[in-house]
Amino acid sequence: MTSNLSPVEAREWRLEIEEFNTEYARTLDAGDVEGWAEYFTDDGFYRVTARENADADLPVGLVWCDGKPMLRDRAAAIRKTMVFAPRYWRHLISNVRVNGIGADGGVAAEANYLILETLMEDETRIFQTGQYRDVFVRGGEGLLLKSRDCVYDSHLIPNDMVYPA
Amino acid sequence: MKNGSDYRWPDEGLTHIPDWIYTSDEIYERERERIFLGSSWNFVALEAEVPEPGDFKRSYVGDVPVIVTRDKDGGINAFENRCAHRGLEFCRALRGKASEFICPYHQWTYDLTGRLMAVPFRRGDKGKGGMPKEFDMKDHGPRRLDIATRHGVVFASFSDTVEPLEEYLGPETLEHYDAVFAGRKLKVLGFYRNRLNGNWKLYHENLKDPYHATLLHVYLATFRLMVAGQKSAMFVDKSGRHATAASAKDDSADISAETANEMRNAFRDDMALEDPEFIKFIPEFDSPWTVTMQTIWPNLIVQRELNTLGIRHIVPRGPHAMDMYWTMFGYDDDDAEMTRHRLKQGNLMGPSGYLGVDDNEAIRFVQDGFRHSVTDRGIVMLDPDSDGATDTLISEAPIRALYRHYREVMSL
Repeated sequence: MTSNLSPVEAREWRLEIEEFNTEYARTLDAGDVEGWAEYFTDDGFYRVTARENADADLPVGLVWCDGKPMLRDRAAAIRKTMVFAPRYWRHLISNVRVNGIGADGGVAAEANYLILETLMEDETRIFQTGQYRDVFVRGGEGLLLKSRDCVYDSHLIPNDMVYPA
Repeated sequence: MKNGSDYRWPDEGLTHIPDWIYTSDEIYERERERIFLGSSWNFVALEAEVPEPGDFKRSYVGDVPVIVTRDKDGGINAFENRCAHRGLEFCRALRGKASEFICPYHQWTYDLTGRLMAVPFRRGDKGKGGMPKEFDMKDHGPRRLDIATRHGVVFASFSDTVEPLEEYLGPETLEHYDAVFAGRKLKVLGFYRNRLNGNWKLYHENLKDPYHATLLHVYLATFRLMVAGQKSAMFVDKSGRHATAASAKDDSADISAETANEMRNAFRDDMALEDPEFIKFIPEFDSPWTVTMQTIWPNLIVQRELNTLGIRHIVPRGPHAMDMYWTMFGYDDDDAEMTRHRLKQGNLMGPSGYLGVDDNEAIRFVQDGFRHSVTDRGIVMLDPDSDGATDTLISEAPIRALYRHYREVMSL
């Protein structure tokens, strides 16, 4: 995609998005799933899906949340109902690229992500690698995600995926 | 007790399950021969995955890789994904469109039905080398499987003696299968894949065990999707190998103090959904049940959880692991709103599902128990008066029915 932003504008956006992603990862790595939902607009869309689906334009998601109420419901389920062994997650987010600005003011960007999972009494493993395909808008205090599509390469999910990418 | 290669089932009978059926390499090999490659129908594809001539997908019967194709005449074929020459698993793409398959190693070429069509330099080069004169391509090729389809689902078998598919499934299974696969054209919505660190039979057991549903799955009880006392049933075919867990959602169901107390930690009265539309059931099936989960022996789960539909294809990976290939689908005539509803409810199931995570973790914990402990058996004693079908959730009768069948086939 050819960007309709000047190099200087694109660089400014990239810096701001990198700061956003740093905070986003920090929130999730601390296990703050309720805080995670607040990185989205009220009508924010969030999906985690395999690259084989994205490539074939198939709509399914392991996680498929349309709107903040659904994001909050997922956070509550993780916190209060889902049963799983304790684990640490660590998100590494890099290679942010700003692709352009849409007519509605949304900024399209992408980033690579890597999630490392550590189960108790076990070695750390690469849990998932993939790409965020994002649209950001400006909210009250900074950027918000209008949509984040997490498209993962990792072909087999190891056992299950508890937390958001 | 296992004594060398002599596996002896506990004397107590079906109420006791020995750990070695989940951990032994030798038992795994016997399952491969007698169950997956034996007299069974195995799920390999939905017809909607290979709609056009030339469409193919990689698939599995047990852990044996096969290719499923739609040939030029519109027929469906399945054959081993293995070159007749040097054994290469030659088809590497998950799915695609092809007019023929060419093994990259020596360019041996197969048509869409799996027949060997070309062997380069069969007559040698300048009169030297080449295949023996008597070599006949008709005698060489990947092993081809028998195919049976019903309402858009493709089953394959290595067996020449297996009964016809409908007979294999039995009327108890077909009644609920046909509510999902009613002849409406399917639309594939996408795929999930995960590797579970547990023996493949544990997945069947999980869905033949309604007892866990209201105890492990806090989500089900909290949002009144399934609670002890609600209308539910387990249907089991006469062989004991297939089962259908059925329940009817009842929003008015009251959870008595006694039930809530029995459920201990499995019920939260402090939660409400911010998006209650999520668990709405839109009636669309010819069935009194809002949920049916079918275990179709040996490798298929048919999921109808409210309006989210999917099949799960079990690929065993040795005694300690299985891969689960999920195909989520709707119907071709769904409007955009219905598709959206199905995608939304998809959050319930799958490797990141509100219920899916619970099950996947529980199965892993069970396998860990088998692997590391000194005790050598588990017990399945609930609902002693039933030998299979039952109308209470507090039952393990369908698990016992499965192992009645299993012991016969496995000579255990």
